[in-house]
Amino acid sequence: MGEQYLLEMKGISKSFPGVKALDNVNLQLRAGEVHALLGENGAGKSTLIKVLGGIYHAEEGEIYIEGQKVDIDGVVSSRSAGVSIVHQELVLVPYMTVAENIFLGREMGSRMNIKRRQMSEEAQKLLDTYEMNIDADMLVEKLTIAQQQMVEIVKAISFNSKILVMDEPTSSISDKEVGFLFETMRTLTKKGVGIIYISHKMSELEEICDRVTVMRDGQSVGTRVVKDTKKDDLIALMVGRELTNYYTRDFQKPGEVLLKCEHISDGKMVKDASFELHKGEIIGFAGLVGAGRSETMKAVFGLTPDMKGTVYVEGQQVHIKSPIDALKYGIALVPESRKEEGLYLVQDVRYNSTIEVLGQFIKMLRVDAKKEEDITQKYIDMMATKTPSQQQIIGNLSGGNQQKVMIGRWLATDPKILVLDEPTRGVDVGAKAEIYAIMNELVKQGMSIIMISSELPEIINMSDRVYVMYDGHVTGCLDHEDVTQEKIMQLAAK
Amino acid sequence: MAVRLKNGVVKYFKDNIGIIIALLAMCVFLIIFPTTRSTFLTQKNVFNILRQNASNLFLATGMTMVIILGGIDLSVGSVIALSGCVAAGCVVHLGMPEAVAFLIAVGIGALVGMANGLVICKTNIPPFIVTLASMNITKGIALVYTQGAPIRCMTDGFKFPGAGYVGPIPTPVILMLIIFVIAILLVNRTHFGRHIYAVGGNAQAARFSGINVSKVKFLVHTFIGVMAGIAGVVVASRLYSGQPTAGDGAEMDAIAAVVVGGTSMSGGSGRLGGTLIGVLIIGVLNNGLNLMGVDSNWQYIVKGFVILLAVYVDFIRNRKAGR
Repeated sequence: MGEQYLLEMKGISKSFPGVKALDNVNLQLRAGEVHALLGENGAGKSTLIKVLGGIYHAEEGEIYIEGQKVDIDGVVSSRSAGVSIVHQELVLVPYMTVAENIFLGREMGSRMNIKRRQMSEEAQKLLDTYEMNIDADMLVEKLTIAQQQMVEIVKAISFNSKILVMDEPTSSISDKEVGFLFETMRTLTKKGVGIIYISHKMSELEEICDRVTVMRDGQSVGTRVVKDTKKDDLIALMVGRELTNYYTRDFQKPGEVLLKCEHISDGKMVKDASFELHKGEIIGFAGLVGAGRSETMKAVFGLTPDMKGTVYVEGQQVHIKSPIDALKYGIALVPESRKEEGLYLVQDVRYNSTIEVLGQFIKMLRVDAKKEEDITQKYIDMMATKTPSQQQIIGNLSGGNQQKVMIGRWLATDPKILVLDEPTRGVDVGAKAEIYAIMNELVKQGMSIIMISSELPEIINMSDRVYVMYDGHVTGCLDHEDVTQEKIMQLAAK
Repeated sequence: MAVRLKNGVVKYFKDNIGIIIALLAMCVFLIIFPTTRSTFLTQKNVFNILRQNASNLFLATGMTMVIILGGIDLSVGSVIALSGCVAAGCVVHLGMPEAVAFLIAVGIGALVGMANGLVICKTNIPPFIVTLASMNITKGIALVYTQGAPIRCMTDGFKFPGAGYVGPIPTPVILMLIIFVIAILLVNRTHFGRHIYAVGGNAQAARFSGINVSKVKFLVHTFIGVMAGIAGVVVASRLYSGQPTAGDGAEMDAIAAVVVGGTSMSGGSGRLGGTLIGVLIIGVLNNGLNLMGVDSNWQYIVKGFVILLAVYVDFIRNRKAGR
């Protein structure tokens, strides 16, 4: 071999009390390549990145950069070795300008006399180099999430790093912005920068990555060239077994119309949305970010004061003024962002599972603790949620298990119509397959599901019919038999 | 049932073991220490501690709920002053029966709480600022009403809630028990109680859960207003007078008891049971320092350090427990 890698991590091991987070992990990054790091939640990707970033210290193993052994014992030494990391969570200061953020902690000028003008010019030059249409003097809080992500990346680049790590940079940005991001990445790799790219999205791998290293249970289980590898093989590597049925769906003949919504609008994002849902079917809602899909469902669910339009449940017109009304008509909504709209993070699994159904076990100043436990357990079992106990604080569970608790919470209300908004976002592959299987089981039992999703493959494979929205309007409805990515995109970006 | 009760008691000790040890350590020290040995563990002194801290327990009970809600109420000290003065004024100037005067005084507390709640819900101004304003307004009304002078009221009926006895037990001790039990039931055994945690933990999620967030906030602020009103009556009764300066700094003692009791200032979690111990720790500390003859100016300094220490120890313990 004798090939000199830009970065080589050899035999890295790291333990935390009770778990071996990394076990003899190897990773080789070439100059000018985008190297994907793939694995389920908890596989050790983030730990490995933190070892590289100097946040954790590995007990065993060696790190070589351009053939030279380096000793990374802190954030500073990692950075001076040429490593920059864009973390999943944005860590910009909202009330500072873009320039100030880029140079935070290494301001130009002297300690008592910071040269703002010079910093701003320098930052603007950087932004322009990568053709980012962002003003260096803007306050960060005025930027969109995607723009903030771009600023993070420029900040990382500005250290003149040879190695750039991106941890799920596309989880919160739209397709168009993903396009910009990929452009930037290509520009960088042409200059010889090596990029380690962490993502759950398979479609992105094919588009941007050259090679991929798969991790499972703290070990690196294989490195492949992306264009020579089938997606199914990668998934099998990740989960350690063949997922024969990734999408489980037994299509059946739908029943009568259960929910009919006509000319829904909310005075803002939703302009005119009509759709209907039959008993025992899954309908998908596709569209770009900002098309008004989530907002349509929020309006139907009674969360929008200025909602207009008519809603029929089982042929009867209903007026849903609040989520309580919605529940009364058998409609449950599992919201899009778990952390902001769903979870009570400091509370345990039991509290989070039962908050919708307090009436079933709290009566007249008596709490039926046994019943509360039984309800919680029922949905832990049904969803196959992995939790050490019911008293586990939910913030400590993985994204997939949090999502399962969320779905279980709303299933406990015994709904006829279940609305799932991005049910598999930030959920690892194994848990995704389990969620699909549960959805299939539920509709077989006669429930009806509305699924909003930005992942076209899951929409296409799971839905009886796919509604597509653009700019607050429903622009079309495609049947399962003839739905394709191309047809959806045509309707979604008129 | 008996098993459940036993489990509950065991859990209570487990949850609060740190502060219970701190409280016991203080008591043991005061029982052994030469100058307090003969006085601390007498019936008179124990009742005295409970009587003096009844008002703080009322405030801290309400404050625990407000803090779980993710807010704060700084106006409770001023409510003590206003409701006490109104109670005394109604009896002395208007010749009302004491019971009616007390009800009006508690009603005044409720009104202040409702006003706080209403402004917080309608304007979204942070509770810290809203209650800082109402603290000043309420205090001002008490001063204007009394023209700065105490209203003395020596009738037996007026003395009953703060200075009286039911059998051998001081009335405020009975009131403490009743109100604390009501609060425990409210927080632990009603939908409303769970909704408080939901709103404090994640108001946005609570909205998706169909919880009326404004209503919960309004009711909790009304509740703490009522608590402060009752505290005002008890304090005025114990002092035989409505004083416009009573309750100065009482809100801080209540907040101290809540945080010593293990409730997090960031909202969404907390325990009334811990608050009870917190109130007792601060009460025993004040009492012990008095019995030891520590200069009252120095007492502030000692108290400050003890609060810091208690919260720090609890923090370390929780971190070790991985919470």
